[in-house]
Amino acid sequence: MTQVFARTKGLLDVDFHYCPGCTHGIVHRLVAEVLEEMGLLDKAIGVAPVGCAVFAYNYFNCDMYEAAHGRAPAVATGCKRVHPQNIVFTYQGDGDLASIGTAEIVHAAHRGEKITAIFINNAIYGMTGGQMAPTTLVGQKTTTSPYGRDKELCGSPIRIAEMLATIEGSAYIERVACNNNANIIRTKKAIQKAFQAQIDRKGFSMVEVLATCPTNWGKSPVEAMKWLEENMIPYYPLGVYKEV
Amino acid sequence: MARQLLKGCEAIAEAAIRGGCRYFFGYPITPQNDIPEYMSARLPQVGGVFLQAESEVAASNMVYGAAGAGARAMTSSSSPGISLKQEALSYIAGAELPCVVVNMMRGGPGLGGIQASQGDYFQSTKGGGHGDYHMIVFAPDTVQESVDIMYDAFDIADKYRNTVMLLADGLIGQMMEPVTLPEFKSDAQIQTAKPWAATGWHEGCGRPRAIVNSLHITDEDLEALHERLQATYRQIEANEVRVELFNTENAEIVIAAYGTISRVCRSAINELAKQGVKVGLIRPITLWPFPSQAIAQVAAEQSVKKFLTVEISAGQMVEDVRLAVNGKKPVEFFGYPGSRIATVDEIVAKVLEMKEG
Repeated sequence: MTQVFARTKGLLDVDFHYCPGCTHGIVHRLVAEVLEEMGLLDKAIGVAPVGCAVFAYNYFNCDMYEAAHGRAPAVATGCKRVHPQNIVFTYQGDGDLASIGTAEIVHAAHRGEKITAIFINNAIYGMTGGQMAPTTLVGQKTTTSPYGRDKELCGSPIRIAEMLATIEGSAYIERVACNNNANIIRTKKAIQKAFQAQIDRKGFSMVEVLATCPTNWGKSPVEAMKWLEENMIPYYPLGVYKEV
Repeated sequence: MARQLLKGCEAIAEAAIRGGCRYFFGYPITPQNDIPEYMSARLPQVGGVFLQAESEVAASNMVYGAAGAGARAMTSSSSPGISLKQEALSYIAGAELPCVVVNMMRGGPGLGGIQASQGDYFQSTKGGGHGDYHMIVFAPDTVQESVDIMYDAFDIADKYRNTVMLLADGLIGQMMEPVTLPEFKSDAQIQTAKPWAATGWHEGCGRPRAIVNSLHITDEDLEALHERLQATYRQIEANEVRVELFNTENAEIVIAAYGTISRVCRSAINELAKQGVKVGLIRPITLWPFPSQAIAQVAAEQSVKKFLTVEISAGQMVEDVRLAVNGKKPVEFFGYPGSRIATVDEIVAKVLEMKEG
């Protein structure tokens, strides 16, 4: 029998801890496939965040760090400066990257740090139980915005890809989504381009992936994909924001 | 080697480089700016990297990243900045990484002031960050001793996979003293094997996949980490205690003091000797591990009637002195919080008052 599909060598043979329907699994797989296909696994060093992906060091089949909340770009900077020939990436959620870690991500981009950030935007804090994130949409109910996000009280959701694209040191910035097959294929291509920008030492690269959190959104996986398409994509337009 | 007149901060930076430091991540704060400034000029000359981070938080997390990658990395700051570095210092302890940190203490709390202080003793020796860990803390009293400690700091950090802190103050950092600088350590001396470091991995490369991490989600795993840490701390306590005893033999009163203020105490002791009053000095050079045994031995001496701890604080090390003396003799305290440094005359008067009391 011909084997037509197999686990990528970029992932270890262990079960994910993610909730049913969560899109972290898809993005993990895409990152791992890209590292394998580009022949980068033996050079790759990843930095896991604090958040749902905190255990990413148990999944990616390469050397890994676990960083303090929001500090993955600083940890990756320390590592990359020691090993400039290695491929260093962070994998961060929106609480991590877009809230507590804004200084670290902005300045990693600003320095043109030759690292790649994979940014999972699901508009909510997942691991801590569904609290409001800077990316939570106006009107969206969370455990700390029980009446819906109030723009007067909390401001509007932050658009990270657009912000980082304004920074001189950013070499490749794209926002993608993993809500359907076509977009998943685009996500993989974006990750490839981001790593290529690092290999070419062009500067900082980031892929923002719009993702779902059925558990904390209180939706089925299918409803969650629909909600992402109808609510997140209009506010967070997909596309390449920076390419040098 | 010829003796040179060097400023404390610059001498410490040069000694760090000669001791193997090749990566420095800093952020400006008075009174330690001469360290990052010196490093920014000097490290590129020896193939190293100096990076000015966006904050103290980021700088210390960069140290976590560089130390986890196997490098000899350090940062420096002063009290308010050291508070911000505590996050990474806790993670570095949890991930069992070696690194070196300099704290040129200034007065607090908050922004406090920019003059010398010893208000960070508790923070340095009792954890600082969260979670039941220790740094190895050295407290030099001269620029030369700072150089000697810094020169070997990375060896000690690597040996125990532990943070070494050099705890001095604005005076030691800013004063100029004659020093003899040591020779550069050889590559063989500074390249210790670090099979746990993240360097890029593939099956069959001769080591397990590196996971630089402080998360141990099961009780058993966390307990195993603490067993390792505590075993390391017992080794450090057995091997690394440093203390200077001065005139303690047949002393009637013994002063305990570290760093800058110990120099004032030494002058007071010489002054008192002229008046026929025998006073000794116990000067802890390591604040953790603390020289409790040496203090207990002195406390057991018949001649010793009382102890006096002198600090530039409201009284922090005095608690450890009391624990070491363990009620055998009275322990008094003299000093001022903030940055007011007790004078020779004040210390002499305090000792004479204790002698009569």
